[in-house]
Amino acid sequence: MASLFNALPGAAAQGLIWGIMAIGVYLTYRILDIADLTVDGSFCTGGAVCIMLMLGGQNAWAAMFGAILAGMATGLATGIFHTFMGIPAILAGILTQLGLYSVNLKIMGKANQAINVDKFDLLVSLRFIKNVPFVNNTIFIVAVLIVVLILILYWFFGTELGCSLRATGCNDKMARAQGINTDFARVLGLMLSNGLVALAGALLGQYQGFADVNMGRGAIVIGLAAVIIGEALFGKIFHNFGFRLLGVALGSIVYYLVLQIVIWLGIDPDLLKLLSALVVAFFLGIPTWKARYMKGGLADILGKGKGR
Amino acid sequence: MLEARNIVKTFNTGTVNEKKALKGVSLTLHDGDFVTVIGGNGAGKSTFLNAIAGVWPVDEGQIIIDGKNITKFPEHKRAAFLGRVFQDPMNGTAASMGIEENLALAFRRGSRRTLKVGITNSERTLYKDTLSRLGLGLQSRMTSKVGLLSGGQRQALTLLMATLKQPKLLLLDEHTAALDPKTAKKVLDLTQEIVNNQHLTALMVTHNMKDAIQIGNRLIMMHEGQIIYDVAGEEKKALRVEDLLRKFEEASGEEFANDRMMLAK
Repeated sequence: MASLFNALPGAAAQGLIWGIMAIGVYLTYRILDIADLTVDGSFCTGGAVCIMLMLGGQNAWAAMFGAILAGMATGLATGIFHTFMGIPAILAGILTQLGLYSVNLKIMGKANQAINVDKFDLLVSLRFIKNVPFVNNTIFIVAVLIVVLILILYWFFGTELGCSLRATGCNDKMARAQGINTDFARVLGLMLSNGLVALAGALLGQYQGFADVNMGRGAIVIGLAAVIIGEALFGKIFHNFGFRLLGVALGSIVYYLVLQIVIWLGIDPDLLKLLSALVVAFFLGIPTWKARYMKGGLADILGKGKGR
Repeated sequence: MLEARNIVKTFNTGTVNEKKALKGVSLTLHDGDFVTVIGGNGAGKSTFLNAIAGVWPVDEGQIIIDGKNITKFPEHKRAAFLGRVFQDPMNGTAASMGIEENLALAFRRGSRRTLKVGITNSERTLYKDTLSRLGLGLQSRMTSKVGLLSGGQRQALTLLMATLKQPKLLLLDEHTAALDPKTAKKVLDLTQEIVNNQHLTALMVTHNMKDAIQIGNRLIMMHEGQIIYDVAGEEKKALRVEDLLRKFEEASGEEFANDRMMLAK
């Protein structure tokens, strides 16, 4: 039991960091109605760019800003594949993700780049969980970051431009009839989303003290799991858009806490990814089952929660 | 106002499914024309409206609105000139967004979407006024999700959205066909009221011959991708359904009777 309690703060910190990534997934998956697989690559791109910039002497904030820009570039690539070249969104994301594997290797020069917490001024680290001043605590810092990001996103999706993104995801035919450039909206949404994902990658790179070419593997599944858990647990309470984003971040924490408990219970860690995939598959199936076996599910009325 | 010159559109060119949907359609509309469009299934009515709206590029021909050649404009740019209502009530609105948010989207048709707030308080007052004139009670549900509205309510809202910003041309693509007769009549009355009050130029596709005769000042009949009959003014007012059926048989050399939809009251 003691080992479990010792592990919980770390799980919460990781959950928060992945929460930022999950908010990025929420933007594409829920708002734009695209399952964007770019994230498996752009998460690592964020980590790689951040660590390399810091190793090159930049401070943590500048390095994270660089990571965000790199992430937005990956979203731009997927966006161009999807809109300009007409490739289905899922395939466009897979193409970018595959290409990014090479790009990430080239950014780092090798498969793994470590950064020493004693020699560099990291913003977050697994060393900053216990026995540090409160304001330097990783959990506190990432929590503040999330709140700031949610406030920015809340503002953005209330603007004319943000509304045009929401309309595009909801009904692109209507959006075009109302003069919205739906291609532009999709590209912009993909860039925003992957910028957030890369920021999460940058934070995780610092947190674990290294960037690894495989660090983003399965990121989309973790992101979806967080979105689904967040909606299942908090969907009934959180109706406001900002709170729904918060719900997603909390969903990510729950995911990591559950993961920690499962590990503590002694499950073979090799099976964790299989377990995650099955759990996410199960929850993704719920709207379909509801529509098929229960009448008048809310998912039907709102026209959401189904793939198109 | 609108000038469509020799519009040609073929789908699935070079395949067994090749379909010559529009075979050189030309039409000139004057300011304030309210034109009803009739024709059998596959006559090219909706295709013609989609050609004007720019859903896809046309193979040949030109589309000119208010002296401006918009043939090469993408769909979202043409929207600055056009108000559109579709057959399916689901198509015209964003279901997961609120009523006022949908109206705010429509209010910005033709302007650049900036980082300004998406809906201002003065707009809300305007929308409330406009909605209360519909008489559907929507003015008290401004923040309700549009997905919760009935088909008729959604179609009325779409109509409002299409005309909130004065369009150069209003395109109505069988916008009452998916509604029950009573609701269809309501939406049709509302259509006439709006078109008259705002002096709009409009193209309305309908399957109902009576409506086609009673509504508007001009009627065109399409068949196999061409306009086969074009009548306006007093001559149109004097038309009867039987006249239209005969016209169709004359022009096409086919029986109309097998196209049951056309006979719908």
